[in-house]
Amino acid sequence: MAKTAVQEFTKGLWAEIPPFRLVLGLCPVLAVTKGVENGIGMGVATTFVLVCSNVLISMLRNVIPKKVRIACFIAVIATFVTVVELLMQAFAYPLFLKLGIFIPLIVVNCIVLGRAEAFAAKNKVIPSFADGLGIGLGFTLSLGALGAIREILGSGMFYGMPVFGPSFQPFGFMVQAPGAFVCLGLMLCIMNMMGKK
Amino acid sequence: MRDMFKLFIVIVIFSAISGGVLASVRNATKDRIEYQQLVFVKGPAINLIMEGCTNDPLQDRFKIKDQDKERDFFVGEFDGKKNVVAFETYGKGFGGDIGVITAVDVDTDKIIGVAVTTHSETPGVGSKAKTDPKFGAQFKGQPITDVFKVKADGGRVDAVSGATISSRGVAAAVAQSGEIYKRLKNDLKNKMKASQG
Repeated sequence: MAKTAVQEFTKGLWAEIPPFRLVLGLCPVLAVTKGVENGIGMGVATTFVLVCSNVLISMLRNVIPKKVRIACFIAVIATFVTVVELLMQAFAYPLFLKLGIFIPLIVVNCIVLGRAEAFAAKNKVIPSFADGLGIGLGFTLSLGALGAIREILGSGMFYGMPVFGPSFQPFGFMVQAPGAFVCLGLMLCIMNMMGKK
Repeated sequence: MRDMFKLFIVIVIFSAISGGVLASVRNATKDRIEYQQLVFVKGPAINLIMEGCTNDPLQDRFKIKDQDKERDFFVGEFDGKKNVVAFETYGKGFGGDIGVITAVDVDTDKIIGVAVTTHSETPGVGSKAKTDPKFGAQFKGQPITDVFKVKADGGRVDAVSGATISSRGVAAAVAQSGEIYKRLKNDLKNKMKASQG
């Protein structure tokens, strides 16, 4: 049990990387990864919520009565999500227009509540912070990677810039919903194969 | 019983604190969000029709109460004189309301320009009412007090081919601007004189 904060941090980047290992929070994974920018924006917003809610819930873990802990967690998480939503509207409005409804939906993202319930409620503040940051960054990286694959294949661009010559015919399937499922499935498959060795 | 009471108190405190946090964040970001929305939603249209103005119409704006509704008015400065006012009206299109910004010269009562802000018309057909410069240009220089109707309805506005309903929506929005302008002309003139300094 005596894991260091560094270990808690790094486990989120590989061993427990959310969409591929934990297979949690798939709704935004499938919905917003049409491009790198969307994916990373969503990831950063989720990371912010994860870190803040993990730290606060860990600080309050002895105050919150067991019977109403879920309600208290959701109140904390929902507050931070609304803060993110307001900040994003104020400072990154074009990104907010792209992500739209998926920002408020971070409230019901299983990763955030999952970390609060499984980790922050039982651990001290510093490990909880490391855990939130690690899982959040892992989530951001996964969304960025999926976004990159789908954007490069589906619209021939990376971060809004064309990568192939003008003769490239975009594989439009990849930026549509079924493309997200196929892409995620293949990524899961590759991760599982690598895990077996 | 005492246990119940404790749960109750904790939840109330949690909700109260998050409510307070949200209210203060909202207050702090309110003006910026409003400005961002203007920049990204109405900004492109306003800058298009106010091309060549020497101020920032988004900063030089004021509100006038018009029949229980507050309307935003954007002031444009041309040749050192603040004599152009732009405002948004809505007309019924094929896929919902079409937002149209009309800019009027208050000295001559003539339209300086018309541009579409938000719409949900069919891409490639009705959306041409926004993207086709020829369609918007025909309103330019017309007296705002004119009757605006598409040719199919016995008016003089040339509809975008294949998009009579969308064109009708834009024409109706411009006609509505004419009515608002007539109703508020005195208020507008006073406000603009005041901002002239």
